[in-house]
Amino acid sequence: MKVLLKSALLGAAAGMLLAAPVLAGELVINTDTTDPAPKKAFEELISDFEAANPGIKVKWNNFDHEGYKSSIRNFLTADAPDLANWYAGNRMAPFVKAGLFEDVSDVWKENGLDDTLKSAAASMTIDGKKWGVPYTYYQWGIYYRKDIFEKQGIAVPKTWDELKAACAKLKAAGIAPFAIGTKPLWPTGGWFDYMDLRVNGYEFHMDLTAGKVPYTDPKVKAVFAKWAELVKPGYFVKNHAALEWQDAVPLFVQGKAAMYLMGNFAVDVMKNGGLKPEQIGFMQFPEITPGLPMAEDAPTDTIHIPSGAKNKEDAKKFLAFLAKPETQTKMNATLGQLPVNNKSEKPNDPFLEQGFTMLSNAYALAQFYDRDASAEMAKAGMEGFQQFMVKPDNVDKILDKLEKTRARLAK
Amino acid sequence: MANSATIALPDVRTTTYWRRNQRKLAPVLFLAPGVLMFLVYVIAPIFQSIWISFYDWDGIGAKTWIGIGNYVELFDDDAFYTSLQNNILWLVLYMLAVPAGLFIAIFLNQTVTGIRIYKSLFFFPFVISQVVVGLIFSWFYAPGFGLFYLFLEEVIGTPIAILADERFVTYGIIAAGLWPQIAYCMILYLTGLNNVSPDQIEAGRLDGAKGWRMLWHVILPQLKPATFIAVVVTVIGALRSFDLVSIMTDGGPYGSSRVLSFYMYEQALSEYGFRMGYGAAIAVVLFAIMMVFISGFIWRMVRDERSGG
Repeated sequence: MKVLLKSALLGAAAGMLLAAPVLAGELVINTDTTDPAPKKAFEELISDFEAANPGIKVKWNNFDHEGYKSSIRNFLTADAPDLANWYAGNRMAPFVKAGLFEDVSDVWKENGLDDTLKSAAASMTIDGKKWGVPYTYYQWGIYYRKDIFEKQGIAVPKTWDELKAACAKLKAAGIAPFAIGTKPLWPTGGWFDYMDLRVNGYEFHMDLTAGKVPYTDPKVKAVFAKWAELVKPGYFVKNHAALEWQDAVPLFVQGKAAMYLMGNFAVDVMKNGGLKPEQIGFMQFPEITPGLPMAEDAPTDTIHIPSGAKNKEDAKKFLAFLAKPETQTKMNATLGQLPVNNKSEKPNDPFLEQGFTMLSNAYALAQFYDRDASAEMAKAGMEGFQQFMVKPDNVDKILDKLEKTRARLAK
Repeated sequence: MANSATIALPDVRTTTYWRRNQRKLAPVLFLAPGVLMFLVYVIAPIFQSIWISFYDWDGIGAKTWIGIGNYVELFDDDAFYTSLQNNILWLVLYMLAVPAGLFIAIFLNQTVTGIRIYKSLFFFPFVISQVVVGLIFSWFYAPGFGLFYLFLEEVIGTPIAILADERFVTYGIIAAGLWPQIAYCMILYLTGLNNVSPDQIEAGRLDGAKGWRMLWHVILPQLKPATFIAVVVTVIGALRSFDLVSIMTDGGPYGSSRVLSFYMYEQALSEYGFRMGYGAAIAVVLFAIMMVFISGFIWRMVRDERSGG
């Protein structure tokens, strides 16, 4: 009872805090950047913004990353801040459709962002309008053990056949070709994205993730047929369904697995695991259908203005500041990721530099399966991918199940 | 009433309404906070859930009335049947905690030096949080370095990653759940055993009863209240199994270890969910299943209380 009363009081106090009258020139920003690097990047961003705009005082609420996913739904409807961070693509669609995000097309137009943030423009657009400003992204691709490749005499594969040959060689040497941990499901999304982007191309992939193409389409089946060429011979580590993605990193570090399709954030974990930078290589996912333009996965983080914001004018100033090339250079140097603004300076880190070049030359950028597809479809889809990676023979049953979900959502 | 009181009692002017009805009002007042909480936090949400289960709602947008649409979909949903099946498995296998707890309690019900230490050691798993239990068992089963995994490798040659195998995953989680549950049942029986009357045991002994017959005919009937509580907490524990599933597998691999409570959470509240209506429909089904047991228990309690008078 005492506890209840206490928490009720706390709740009331928190309510009062949130409801405190907004001072002139106060800007409230909610983020989920509690990890050390993102936290530092935002601290710098905010102090730089305040220095550049002396009249504006920023009030920053930093949320726990997991908790943010549900709290954003509450604060957007109940007590909206002036700015909130979120993700591009279909991930922001529910909020846009519910009218909870503000149209910021004018910020884009006034600051020429259509040009400087061009690579992310498509993923920020819904119904022909822009709904936020992207500030960082990172590349996905295959990280491999340079030393193992050298020892086994394997050249970096450029085509599907070369990749399969490399896998066969590694497998024969008792090394699992690919590390993966599918317990959190999303690592399977990266695989599906790349298989589909390389087999059918960007346009088809976007249509599929938008729910316009049935999962029973022969073109989708073709993707799984190609994927099965890696799954059936056992080119992925065993028991991956019991592993978190970090659990698979030690296998990579110990040399039990030689390649890992992952986002660039994995490099840090690999280095912390004891690998020297020269032991790690990065390659673009090889070509499958010859001549198909290569699109890449590059999940983008963004900042939005909630439609319930009280200080929209200053919030737009903040977005314009965020979009500047020098702001993005500085932020991403701290984040260890890539600036979206193409006028920003290239990063120094060799992996990021490779990623920057790859993404700048990419035909198009996909966000990631669980950001491009709607949340429910993503969940069902990635569960199906995981099942496929364990039981590749069930592919037809899995695709029927996915199609059932897609058809229901399309209604 | 007031007039008659005036005649009967001399100090009537000081007799307030409160004084006159104190005995009647006191229980009401004492119950009020609890009842209020119960109404607001338990009863009202039950009806709210039932109400929401008739809508298509993502939690932020507009609600759309779809009648029994969610239920129609539910009965055509493979994932629902997997969860239901796992729930039944949980109910059945979780019951092992009752005899196992009894066995350990009888085993520990002796006077040896340091028996209290042994008792607390056996009770230990119930004290630690379910999250920790889940983590310990995940490592126990972990492919590559888990003790159980290495044991299987040693004994049968082909190790199995329990939590990655759809055939064994639910059994693996139930085993983890049984560990603290057995401890719980044990402590219930240990207190029950304290109250077993020595006279009856003595009388039984004189009549030549020992071993199983003694246990079955003399001890167990006296432990009936403890058994009742043990069964109740075990049934409820099995039906609300959520934390272990969430910690150990997240419902995977590909949803094969889901239970209803976890599926409900996934649909309504998880990162990829936010189908409030569908989640509420699952909650209603789970509630209906629980109601079967709960009304059974309540019926029994009422009956016992009446006959016990």
